[in-house]
Amino acid sequence: MRALLAALLVLLFGSAARAERLIVSVSNHRVTVTPNYSGEELVLFGSVEKDATTPADRSSYDLVVTVMGPRADMVTRRKERTFGIWINTDYRQFLQVPSYLALFANRPFDRITSPEIARRQQIGLNNVLLTQRVSGDFADVVPNDAFRSAFIRLRTQRGLYREDASAVTFLTPTLFRTGIPLPAEVPIGTYEVEIKLFANGAFVGKTATTFEIVKVGFEQFVATTARQNGLVYGLVTAAMALMTGWMASIVFRKD
Amino acid sequence: MQLYLPIADLPVNVFLVLAMGAAVGFVSGMFGIGGGFLMTPLLIFIGITPAVAVASVASHIAASSFSGALSYWRRRAIDPALASVLLCGGVTGTALGVWTFTQLRALGQLDLMIALSYVVLLGTVGSLMFSEGLRALMRTRRGAIPPRRTHNWIHGLPLKMRFKRSKIYLSVIPVVIVGLVIGFIGAIMGIGGGFILVPIMIYLLRVPTSTVIGTSMVLTLVTMLFATLLHAVTNHLVDAVLALILMVGGVTGAQFGARAGQKIRGEQLRLLLGLLILSVGIRFAVELVIRPEDLFTIREMGASG
Repeated sequence: MRALLAALLVLLFGSAARAERLIVSVSNHRVTVTPNYSGEELVLFGSVEKDATTPADRSSYDLVVTVMGPRADMVTRRKERTFGIWINTDYRQFLQVPSYLALFANRPFDRITSPEIARRQQIGLNNVLLTQRVSGDFADVVPNDAFRSAFIRLRTQRGLYREDASAVTFLTPTLFRTGIPLPAEVPIGTYEVEIKLFANGAFVGKTATTFEIVKVGFEQFVATTARQNGLVYGLVTAAMALMTGWMASIVFRKD
Repeated sequence: MQLYLPIADLPVNVFLVLAMGAAVGFVSGMFGIGGGFLMTPLLIFIGITPAVAVASVASHIAASSFSGALSYWRRRAIDPALASVLLCGGVTGTALGVWTFTQLRALGQLDLMIALSYVVLLGTVGSLMFSEGLRALMRTRRGAIPPRRTHNWIHGLPLKMRFKRSKIYLSVIPVVIVGLVIGFIGAIMGIGGGFILVPIMIYLLRVPTSTVIGTSMVLTLVTMLFATLLHAVTNHLVDAVLALILMVGGVTGAQFGARAGQKIRGEQLRLLLGLLILSVGIRFAVELVIRPEDLFTIREMGASG
């Protein structure tokens, strides 16, 4: 009983020591991708709530918003010239990495906090953990690794990875908002949004929310069927081919 | 009008794809071929991954060869016995081809293999056809009679069978092997194989021209239907929406192509076809040799667990 009370006290004081509370919301918790969808922008807004225990010197805050799409295994391959032609030779597997990754802040990452905290809190594309399988071992590598940087570069080109140190705007010293741009070829699934609060370079608290991206319509139906009922899908496609061929032979029949 | 292709995961312009289908259909109708060797590269060039292109074109070829096969069937220009023997090899070859396709894809060498096969096969067939067409053209200019065809070693093989409608007496071994090879390369490269099959059947198996095209269309039809099914079951790469647009464009274009083809002489037709095949092969070769814009590529590995 005493132990429990002690634990409760620690918990209470622990949360009290945070002193700030983050309240956030996304403009839309369920984004539907229709056939003519060509990208969208969600808006995340929120406020920093201070309480009595907040130190008086905390006047300005810094925010880092991390948006992570559904995770997937990916492989990055490198072409090399072999016998005069360009062939995929070396490859790296990236395990359970976010299919969409966006990092937003109100000012450059290196000015928000120290490199050490940035690394620990995974602030910036260079610090986000991207697990690779390196000869049977699982590890992240140095940020300037050729495969890692190529991976981030290619994902960035497709608009799936992004980093913007000026996307978060403070409307008042405690009220903030940021846009979350979603490209046309956005991966579907559940997206996690993590909001980390910094004050004077120190990490003072975080909160999280989620939103979901679902595809609707005929295209999605086709894609799901193809994946889940390969045989039926194949049979229907084959039947469709026969029907089209047959129709053509009737329409264009020379009598 | 933009349309999102569900499997290729790519928005495309419907009219562009429709026009491509019609153009390839025109060419295929003109030369009496399936046109897969043109369609697959075109799809790759507009940004569809080679794997999806190969798998989807299979159903497109099935459609065009079915409409062709139907009209040949009405004219009794199909040899059912010869077609069945070819199919024994063809179906096995297709299954082997799709299996190899899956293995290569896992190894990350599929795109390379597709490109290499195109270079080798189209390069060889194209130059052979081109030179043959050129020779034939020169012969007709000089007014010489083409050399009489004689029997070759293939006609000395055992297990002979009589193919009534084609009026030939031939061993089943080369027929099965031809079916096997065509089925195999068809499944990997996304081609019907008509442009290789027809010359092989004419020059090697001595199948008369009256039944050769119809019978080869039956082989193409069945192997491509089977390939569609297998690609759908094993790799989930068949894009039905893409295939449908291609089919509609293809079968329409083929009708006009067939009419245009009747106006051109046989030798010229072969010369043109040879040139066309050769240029596609060269296009692939250039792609392999020049340094790619980006040395790195990313691919998602299956469905994540």
